[in-house]
Amino acid sequence: MSSTAHTDNPSALNLKRFVAPEVAEQNFMQAEQGIKAWLTTIDHKKIGLMYLASIIFFFFVGGMLAIALRLELWGPAKNFIDAETYNQIFTLHGAIMIFLVLVPSVPAALGNFFLPIMVGAKDVAFPRLNLLSFYIYLFGALFTIISMINGAVDTGWTFYTPYSTGTSTSVIWMTLGVFILGFSSILTGLNFIVTLHKLRSPGLTWGRLPLFLWSLYATSIIQILATPVLAITVLLLVMERTLGIGIFDPALGGDPVLYQHFFWFYSHPAVYIMILPGFGIISEVIAIFSKRRIFGYWFIAISSLAIALIGFLVWGHHMFVSGQSTLASVVFSLMTFLVGIPTGIKIFNWVATLYKGSIQLKTPMIYALIFLFLFTIGGFTGVMLGTLSVDVHLHDTYYVVAHFHYVMMGGMLIAFLAGLHLWWPKMFGKMYSQFWGNIAAVLIFIGFNMTFFTQFILGSRGMPRRYYNYVDQFQELHQFSTIGSWVLLVGFIIIAIYLAHSLLRGEDAPKNPWNGRTLEWLTSRQPVLENFNYTPVVLHGPYDFHEPISEFQYGIEGSHHHDHSGDSHGDATKAEKAVTNA
Amino acid sequence: MDKLGSFFLPPAKSTMAGTVDQLFNFINIVSAVIFIGIIIAIVYFVIRYRRRTENDVTSLNDHNTPLEVFWSVIPLFLIVIVFYWGFTDYLRLHEAPSNSYEINVTGRSWSWQFNYDSGAASNELHVPAGRPVKLIMSSVDVLHSFYVPDFRVKHDVIPNRYTSVWFEAKEPEAAATDTSWVFCTEYCGRSHSDMITKVIIHKEDSFNKWLDENSGRPDDMPLAEYGGQLYNQLGCQTCHSLDGSRKVGPSFQGLYGKNRVFTDGSSLTADENYIRQSILNPNAHVVESYPAAMPSYQGQIQEEGLNAIIEFIKEQ
Repeated sequence: MSSTAHTDNPSALNLKRFVAPEVAEQNFMQAEQGIKAWLTTIDHKKIGLMYLASIIFFFFVGGMLAIALRLELWGPAKNFIDAETYNQIFTLHGAIMIFLVLVPSVPAALGNFFLPIMVGAKDVAFPRLNLLSFYIYLFGALFTIISMINGAVDTGWTFYTPYSTGTSTSVIWMTLGVFILGFSSILTGLNFIVTLHKLRSPGLTWGRLPLFLWSLYATSIIQILATPVLAITVLLLVMERTLGIGIFDPALGGDPVLYQHFFWFYSHPAVYIMILPGFGIISEVIAIFSKRRIFGYWFIAISSLAIALIGFLVWGHHMFVSGQSTLASVVFSLMTFLVGIPTGIKIFNWVATLYKGSIQLKTPMIYALIFLFLFTIGGFTGVMLGTLSVDVHLHDTYYVVAHFHYVMMGGMLIAFLAGLHLWWPKMFGKMYSQFWGNIAAVLIFIGFNMTFFTQFILGSRGMPRRYYNYVDQFQELHQFSTIGSWVLLVGFIIIAIYLAHSLLRGEDAPKNPWNGRTLEWLTSRQPVLENFNYTPVVLHGPYDFHEPISEFQYGIEGSHHHDHSGDSHGDATKAEKAVTNA
Repeated sequence: MDKLGSFFLPPAKSTMAGTVDQLFNFINIVSAVIFIGIIIAIVYFVIRYRRRTENDVTSLNDHNTPLEVFWSVIPLFLIVIVFYWGFTDYLRLHEAPSNSYEINVTGRSWSWQFNYDSGAASNELHVPAGRPVKLIMSSVDVLHSFYVPDFRVKHDVIPNRYTSVWFEAKEPEAAATDTSWVFCTEYCGRSHSDMITKVIIHKEDSFNKWLDENSGRPDDMPLAEYGGQLYNQLGCQTCHSLDGSRKVGPSFQGLYGKNRVFTDGSSLTADENYIRQSILNPNAHVVESYPAAMPSYQGQIQEEGLNAIIEFIKEQ
């Protein structure tokens, strides 16, 4: 076996066991302190936390807008806001939730914090670029806020032409904001790809990569390839508005359907930018809380890549009734079904992982199970919408609204909450109340279904989306949906309270509260500045819970400038053997 | 199955609605069966394999080829059925029979206008039952989308280009009192949600009678009364009230002869010339505190119609 050894001289590896102390002498927060240190930090963990804070802030804003929309829809015609304001609010709700919350949520916040630790690196490959991408994000967000103050935008987040070239609202600020945010997304993707290729610890083969990282890898590829198309699209839109060149506006000789092709060429893959990282989190959570090897590791890993690639070829399913050619619609429908297959198989694999596991219903796991419930409904209704003749009836109705909320909120946002609860103790060193965590999760589950399942019925009965006013027969269902939004709100308020309590007065967390096996759980309660005082060496798969934790603690004395403060045990012979057999 | 359909779906009033509804129900039932299976499996596993001690030994089995082939091939098989079914119906929805009765549709922010071969025009859609009807649609401003839930048809209405849908309305039941709506389903600005109107399904002979009654100005009809008819047919009432209430545009009540102040500070008296210009070139003068939202009706109203509308406004 040693003929295929990774090094010519295995004993030169000098493997030792390193056990990080429960509490680091100086964790990453203590290492650099003060506002200035935070704003100029190149530490991926602090940048991740700054993203996290921004995303939570924008989620709050977007969420409050949603509550206002639902309240206005309590009755037809005017209840408390006028039609123009309503149109601006749903545009902002969509734009904020997609560009400022969902796209960056998992990659930029949780991914930034954990990707380098999970590959055993000190930081991402380009730490300064990472900080730059955060500032580009803030700068893009600033443009969005300016557009809010400067007359807002009333086009819907899709900015369809020719309405968007004609409306008197602040389209230019908003689209430039989207343009800038795109660069942040591209740079983060680039950073992750290089980090995953170049900075993995010895022994961390692609087959031992935690599935969360596989999903971030697939996501990053889409971010790099698709986002430039969005940039081109909004740039052309801005040029048409300001210079009057006719690209999309038929009055100037352009084609409005062309805009839709451009827009969805980015925005459909963007749906996978938003959901793939969520898949990654669900894989981690289900494995940890089932204490079991994940079922179909390679299938889950490769299906993320398959989804990323096929996902580029389905954009036209947003346009079955737009006037694109019939043949195109047929091809897009078929491709849409094909992308559904790997997604479905992932769900079967997660369920199979529960079989003969040792299942513990902690808050992150509750969210993972909620994810399976809601996302499966989102998937099946996606099949419904991919079906040509049925989509003619359902397109641009509340059915579509319900479907993408099941996928985006029931899928990605729930997965984000699962990840937040999984990694909260590692990020902040504090535990939160499991009791209140579970209560909030159940409330969100109930509120979510009340709000959005109702909208499937509204939609299939013919209620169009983006309607301020509606015919009387839809009122009861609208009211039920609005009540659901309040239940959701209560759920989120409870989360805000117990997480705030955890930060201020929470119990100290153990460094590995869930008994995980991936590298982040081997660091101290809150990791040190450059994550490890040694170079970790990975000898086992990420979900090999049957191996004792000591098997995961091997490493090489690093060229690190810190003295490692952990105990080290010379047990090199065994570890070397494992490395060479890997 | 029909019960399920009638809970989720609006009444089926076209000949194509039946097969679309069957497919909708088929997908729902198959999905529900698989979904319930998944949920039962999850609940069972969570209870059966709940953690008993920290030292629970779990299965190391991480793949099973027959199982994975099974759950890849079965969905693929189901999806081919669904795709093919949806695909063939979609083609049928696209190919209007050659003997279709054609109606021209104009979408504008925020009203619909329907023009019939006899010269009749209306802002509600009148169709004969039992005969295929093809709508030839175009927009004068932004994108709109023509949607009749009861017929299961929808298509975008695009400026500078014709698109079409067809349907065959079923004979209305004598007792039917529910309204069939036309909705605009492509967001088109402030009053997008008011861009709705009704479909009136006639029996063949009553449709012809309706056409006769609404084709142009009958010789004995006073000009102002014809103007009132055009006011409804062309969709003016979406934005202009007759009772003084404020809608998107100014009310017609007491409009004639009034002094109008415009956004640029200038003013004019609302005489015949001003009203004519406001219809044909609405943005030449925009009344203060109102948006420049009105599309031009240039080329869409005959001289007689313009005079009739002016006479009608004089009377308000």
